[in-house]
Amino acid sequence: MNRIVAVENLSESVVKLEIEAPRIAQKRKAGHFVIVKLGLKGERIPLTISSADTEKGTITLIIQKVGVTSHKIAVLNIGDEVTDVVGPLGLATHIEKIGTVLCAGGGVGTAPLLPIVEAMHKAGNRVITVLAARSKDLIILEKEMRAFSDEVIIMTDDGSLGKQGLVTHGMEEVILREKVDKAITIGPAIMMKFSSMLTKKYNIPTEASLNAIMVDGTGMCGACRVTVGGSTKFVCVDGPEFNAHEVNFDELLSRLGGFKDEEYKAYQTYLEGLKKETV
Amino acid sequence: MEIIAEYLKQERSQEWREELRKSMKSKDRTTKVRVHMPEEDPIKRAKSHIEVNRGLTMEIAVEEAQRCLDCPDPTCMQGCPVSINIPKFIKYVEKQDFAMAARTLKETNALPAVCGRVCPQEVQCEASCFYTLKLKKIPVAIGHLERFVADWERNSGNMYVPEVAPSNGIKVAIIGSGPSGLAVAGDLIKLGYSVTVFEALHEPGGVLKYGIPEFRLPNEIVDVEINNLKKMGVEFINNFIVGKTATIDDLKEEGFEAFFAGSGAGLPNFMNIPGENANGIMSSNEYLTRVNLMNAAHDDYDTPVFLGKKVAVIGGGNTAMDSVRTAKRLGADKAMIIYRRTLDEMPARAEEIKHAQEEGIEFLNLNSPIEYFADKNGRVNKMRLQKMELGEPDSSGRRRPVPIEGSEYELETDLVVVSVGVSPNPLIPASLPGLNVSRWGTIIVDDKEMQSSIPELFAGGDIVRGGATVILAMGDGRNAAAGIHRYLQNINKK
Ligand SMILES: Cc1cc2nc3c(=O)[nH]c(=O)nc-3n(C[C@H](O)[C@H](O)[C@H](O)COP(=O)(O)OP(=O)(O)OC[C@H]3O[C@@H](n4cnc5c(N)ncnc54)[C@H](O)[C@@H]3O)c2cc1C
Ligand SMILES: Cc1cc2nc3c(=O)[nH]c(=O)nc-3n(C[C@H](O)[C@H](O)[C@H](O)COP(=O)(O)OP(=O)(O)OC[C@H]3O[C@@H](n4cnc5c(N)ncnc54)[C@H](O)[C@@H]3O)c2cc1C
Ligand code: SF4
Ligand code: SF4
Ligand code: FES
Repeated sequence: MNRIVAVENLSESVVKLEIEAPRIAQKRKAGHFVIVKLGLKGERIPLTISSADTEKGTITLIIQKVGVTSHKIAVLNIGDEVTDVVGPLGLATHIEKIGTVLCAGGGVGTAPLLPIVEAMHKAGNRVITVLAARSKDLIILEKEMRAFSDEVIIMTDDGSLGKQGLVTHGMEEVILREKVDKAITIGPAIMMKFSSMLTKKYNIPTEASLNAIMVDGTGMCGACRVTVGGSTKFVCVDGPEFNAHEVNFDELLSRLGGFKDEEYKAYQTYLEGLKKETV
Repeated sequence: MEIIAEYLKQERSQEWREELRKSMKSKDRTTKVRVHMPEEDPIKRAKSHIEVNRGLTMEIAVEEAQRCLDCPDPTCMQGCPVSINIPKFIKYVEKQDFAMAARTLKETNALPAVCGRVCPQEVQCEASCFYTLKLKKIPVAIGHLERFVADWERNSGNMYVPEVAPSNGIKVAIIGSGPSGLAVAGDLIKLGYSVTVFEALHEPGGVLKYGIPEFRLPNEIVDVEINNLKKMGVEFINNFIVGKTATIDDLKEEGFEAFFAGSGAGLPNFMNIPGENANGIMSSNEYLTRVNLMNAAHDDYDTPVFLGKKVAVIGGGNTAMDSVRTAKRLGADKAMIIYRRTLDEMPARAEEIKHAQEEGIEFLNLNSPIEYFADKNGRVNKMRLQKMELGEPDSSGRRRPVPIEGSEYELETDLVVVSVGVSPNPLIPASLPGLNVSRWGTIIVDDKEMQSSIPELFAGGDIVRGGATVILAMGDGRNAAAGIHRYLQNINKK
């Protein structure tokens, strides 16, 4: 079960895994995610299904190493098994032909953006994709994005690839140039907050895919709750995509930082353990 | 009904039972004093996760069994939702034939070690014991004896695996591995069906695993019972959400002919008051899942959990009691129950309230939170409460709490667990457009066979009742198993 059949390093901190999960591959649609748990003592973390191959019965996950669990998953090899994979979870992205869609991906938010870009393209939309990261090495999936986008704009903080600037600069350039019917933003909460403020200014309907902290992913615990349009929603069952203009990003940011101290400590201990092993 | 009466009579007239009855005068039986369950010391246990109730010794169990009068009309059984043959198992205890006592329990109850621990016996079997009804005395300790027998059998290392009929090849799918699903699985496998239990989480057991804490129901005990079902041939598939990983229609195509939805009441309610989404405020489901299922309090497990020194738990049910006692065990200096009525109206079991009091839990009754405040990092640090008084009884018959104007005050807290009820899990109803559900989202079934508006789908437990007890869920499961059996026999005859 859940055997890894392919591994590819997309950058120093981002890895792409292809995992056997035939049932999930059958059912998944753009926007869906899985919950993954590694080993008896592992925690459950959500990861977007980046793509699936129904014939091979595999799903592809793209993972950025940010803490203990993502690190442990990212260092798995071909043939290893992921203990638990459950899904597909969440509501699928609403895909329709609307005209021009502006897709903005920041950092590892690019991974969950890919299936949406693909689906929007296949539905006949003009898709313009803005990819943003700190520097050249952190830009991932450029080739894949180009395959489904009419145009790809790359923004880096340091100008090492594409244009220098933030994701919002790239987005605004497009908005000022042509009519955009819909925007989609996925990335760190702070990036989604600012891109949402931008599109609000121009009255462009915008969806954001929220990366709340989760436990079960089935609506049972409420760990993933966020305020949208003044009422509380559970990201795992009511989302993960919401009308970005109604999301309380400050609350999301605060909740994402909830376990920061514990996580930081755990990650440092884990990394030290790794060092000892290699010595 | 007649069949049952006949069976009871036959069993009761067996020679060994007659002999036992004669071996002691009724008066000597009724003058005996009910046993006390030995308990861990409150100060010691509040610092660990060891089980509070230590279980009866063999001698004490036999003594207690002697109190039971082996009534010709055992009213106790009417109080048991799965109709355990109570006098028969208790008389086997008196006879010190514990293996047969265990078998008697297994005739109708797939999880005796669980029920003996968590059943609210005081309102079920023991409430309708002859001692309670007629003698106005303290009832026979049916639950303690049930637990004793189940533990004895488990510790004997020689567990009885009920006989299973030869396979009839008919596939039945059980959705959810809580007590209702396990009960259906146990009954249908005995009848020869090919039974698969699908569970959304990575471990089977439902609330027994992720909800009820170790100090009341060790997970290991649930695992032993589940392993027994596995030995009987039940297949368990974890990480499988029916309605997501595959729909009921998909499973039908794969040859499943009947379904049981025991998906529980998994969705936590919040109060929707200002500040409730601050860090350090969570549902009891989240808190208990992190601690019980994910082992968050152990350093070598990866899942984190917020720890608090001044913990406020909102609510007065079993879930609230489990949460507050867990907080105490995780090092809280102050662990408080905030409840809007009084102790008398509290829905939690009497035993749990007593244990909580012994462990130093503070009860802030007639209090209700109205707002939370957080520090600059977004972590809760204070709450605003309002005092209440009791007014007229409401539809539940309990006196309605009424806020007292101007009574608001503030209380420091660094961890809040919201335990104000759950709603039915909407996954199954959402994936079945033709299914009749109530306006609360529970699945509507006929209450004898537990059949829903979709003929091949049966349901029971919290998804039907909205929230109940382990044994009521199991009772539903047993009825549903009988209903499924009849349904499948009928369609396969045609
Ligand atoms: C619906 C959904 C889809 C996701 N899809 C992907 C994906 O395809 N690829 C991917 O790499 N990640 C994805 N994430 C984020 C991923 O779940 C987190 O990175 C992961 O939980 C971190 O776990 P950890 O133990 O490695 O790090 P932790 O030790 O838990 O955290 C390390 C750091 O990461 C931050 N963090 C923790 N949880 C999250 C989170 N959920 N989102 C963002 N930051 C977080 C913490 O604040 C902390 O600073 C998704 C999240 C959601 C909710
Ligand atoms: C903290 C707590 C303490 C309690 N204490 C007591 C007590 O002392 N005594 C007592 O009698 N009762 C107690 N109860 C109540 C009792 O636990 C429940 O009434 C009982 O567990 C309900 O059983 P169930 O079979 O309906 O489902 P649950 O036990 O709720 O199990 C449902 C299972 O179905 C799974 N599931 C849901 N949807 C799907 C799907 N679509 N596909 C696959 N799987 C799915 C869930 O993951 C879960 O494992 C307590 C409850 C809680 C929360
Ligand atoms: S299962 Fe529960 S109600 Fe039935 S006899 Fe046992 S303790 Fe009593
Ligand atoms: S009613 Fe009480 S005394 Fe009578 S058989 Fe049942 S447990 Fe024994
Ligand atoms: S993750 Fe538990 S409710 Fe969403």
